[in-house]
Amino acid sequence: MSHRTGLEVSHAAAEAVKLAHVEVVAAYPITPNTHVPERIAEMVANGELDAEFIPVESEHSAMSACVGSSATGARTFTATSGQGLELMHEVMTVASSMRLPIVLSLANRALSSPLSVWGDHSDVMAIRDCGWIQVFAENGQQTFDLLLWAFRVGEDPRVSFPVIVNFDGFHVTHVIEPVFIADQEEVDRYLPPFKPNAVLDPRRPVTMGAYGPPFIYSETKKAQDFALHKSKEVMLQGFAEFEKIFGRKYNFVETYKAEGAKTLLLVIGSFAETAMDLVDKLREKGEAVGLVRLRLWRPFPEEELRQAVRGAETLIVLDRAMSFGTLAPVVSEVRAALYPEEKRPQIVSFVGGLGGRDIRLEEFEYMVKRGSELTQKGGQKELYETIGIR
Amino acid sequence: MADGPLTWKNFIGGFVVDKPGNAAEYQTGGWRSQKPVWDNTKCIKCGVCYIYCPEPCVRQTAEGYFESDLFYCKGCGICARECWTGAIKMVQEEEV
Repeated sequence: MSHRTGLEVSHAAAEAVKLAHVEVVAAYPITPNTHVPERIAEMVANGELDAEFIPVESEHSAMSACVGSSATGARTFTATSGQGLELMHEVMTVASSMRLPIVLSLANRALSSPLSVWGDHSDVMAIRDCGWIQVFAENGQQTFDLLLWAFRVGEDPRVSFPVIVNFDGFHVTHVIEPVFIADQEEVDRYLPPFKPNAVLDPRRPVTMGAYGPPFIYSETKKAQDFALHKSKEVMLQGFAEFEKIFGRKYNFVETYKAEGAKTLLLVIGSFAETAMDLVDKLREKGEAVGLVRLRLWRPFPEEELRQAVRGAETLIVLDRAMSFGTLAPVVSEVRAALYPEEKRPQIVSFVGGLGGRDIRLEEFEYMVKRGSELTQKGGQKELYETIGIR
Repeated sequence: MADGPLTWKNFIGGFVVDKPGNAAEYQTGGWRSQKPVWDNTKCIKCGVCYIYCPEPCVRQTAEGYFESDLFYCKGCGICARECWTGAIKMVQEEEV
């Protein structure tokens, strides 16, 4: 049986990596992800985890080492944040296009400049098209659970894609929370050994990451995108099996008190927990307000999102990142997904929580009020409103 | 790669090439605009063209002279440049 214990979430993430019998970890420390590789390095040094820990000289090297390691068939993990992910960027598309199921825990952090070590979603949004499966955890338990899920789904030979598990820098990473830590026996039942489709082996040579001239490149990209969409079936099986063994339920799009809601908030990441408190408060007052939490970010769950918001009059979308020069990333994709709907809610966009700034209950309450008001007036005229700006 | 016509539906995931040596099927000769032509009256059979060819697609004939495998020759002209006796001339493809 699992045991419940109080743990810093970064350390809970390290526990998941250990229980997954990871074989290679190549990581470079950067705030706020540092405690994850630090704890794993400690486990390896103490003999608690039989893995190679490669203390690389940069994040570019970390991801490069992970690509090589995964290509030999080793279960591979790395962790980073903010600028670290940006330095990995060049190799991120190599990992996904070569279909190497590396798992990366991303402690979400703002991007420079000005220098900020604090949390927002600028880092992951800047690499959202890199071909990795991307999910968001809201708390310690979800971080632990989704890391186990990430290995199982990513390594499934029908999927064979790398996975990013997002968890908010500081708001989640540095918080001590009660977390159910699974037993080794349960994890082993959930997570079979990694059996890749192809490996680098001198006894049976193959070429990975081959040269792709114009006569073949388009075909490789079409095959890659098709496979990423198709991997949703395996992801759902991964969630179903997770529920069977561990009793916790996940989905691509999760709702909270959304039945019959006229106004829906859509939040990605840990701020959904504050939003839930507000929904509780407003529901007590008899207001028809609910919450939609986007768990899966890539592949984007278009149809599941349409179903989740059907019937609502107002959909308020919060982004913790900007897409300079246009709509913020989440609202832009939500709008695109809902465009084919005959009857769709008014979509109201808010940007906030940048560089570690909190969004408090009152501010969520303001968003709901302002959202309904704008719907009454026929919709939002400006691209977005910024929460708590001076 | 799977057998049969190469479409997006029959790759091994990640475009893995699982049969070694099939780069030989790739016709780099299609890049060429000029091709090397040997004048065997000037050739001293030293083999400098053979050594310098970066492809390498210069081969020796039974008589000991040299020629280029035009399936691979990109027409770079290094053989002509390096030839000590000036036996190799680069010729526009359409002039031949």
